[in-house]
Amino acid sequence: MSNLPIFDVAGSAMNAQSVRLSTIASNLANADSVAGNPDEVYRAKQPVFRAEGVPGDPSLAGVNVTEVRESTDAPLKRYEPGHPLADAQGYVYAPAVDPVAQMVDLISASRSYQANVEVFNSAKELALSTLQMGR
Amino acid sequence: MSDFLGIHGTALALREQRLQLLSANLANADTPGFKAQDLDFTSALQSALQPNAASGDAIEAASTGARFARPSSQPSVDGNTVDGEREHALFAQAALEYRASLTFVESKVRGMLTAITGQ
Repeated sequence: MSNLPIFDVAGSAMNAQSVRLSTIASNLANADSVAGNPDEVYRAKQPVFRAEGVPGDPSLAGVNVTEVRESTDAPLKRYEPGHPLADAQGYVYAPAVDPVAQMVDLISASRSYQANVEVFNSAKELALSTLQMGR
Repeated sequence: MSDFLGIHGTALALREQRLQLLSANLANADTPGFKAQDLDFTSALQSALQPNAASGDAIEAASTGARFARPSSQPSVDGNTVDGEREHALFAQAALEYRASLTFVESKVRGMLTAITGQ
């Protein structure tokens, strides 16, 4: 194995999936972070993946997170006059985070992460066996 | 040296190229619009073994020439054509094939070492 671009590819994918896992964690953690003003509400984040050539071999596609986009969904308006953050009309604003959709995304991201760890381990094992040649 | 390894040296290098392509597919399983790539090993090996091919570039050229986009059995809305499970199976198979080629190369090397040391 020449300059081992598999490690670059699998590494870039693990990095991208871990960014995805982090944004999901952030979304779930802030699912109940209400605010008294619709402009101050937490907005769900989502990473945008793009295939990009790895440094070792530009014809080989790794993954790059080009940006982390914030959701433009309108916050949910809830009438809770007793809430300390409620505005003058008694409303609080909750982020438009769907916990079920986030959990599904979480499972998908962790499965993809595991798949790339396995690729990484297989490639490492093959490279080590190649290094042992003739011993 | 490549003559000494015969077909197995070339095969090993091409199998590595295929592993790289499959790893890129698995890495991009969630990238919108990514098209799964594969290597037609038989045709790559044939073109790499052409007598007029230069040794180092031949493998690069052969693997580039034998690449093809593999259509998905279940196309997704975002244009991605990677089948996670199929890719997994192909990667495992390709890793095994790499090991097989490695074993052949290794036995050649062992044979040569025995000839050199005479033991």
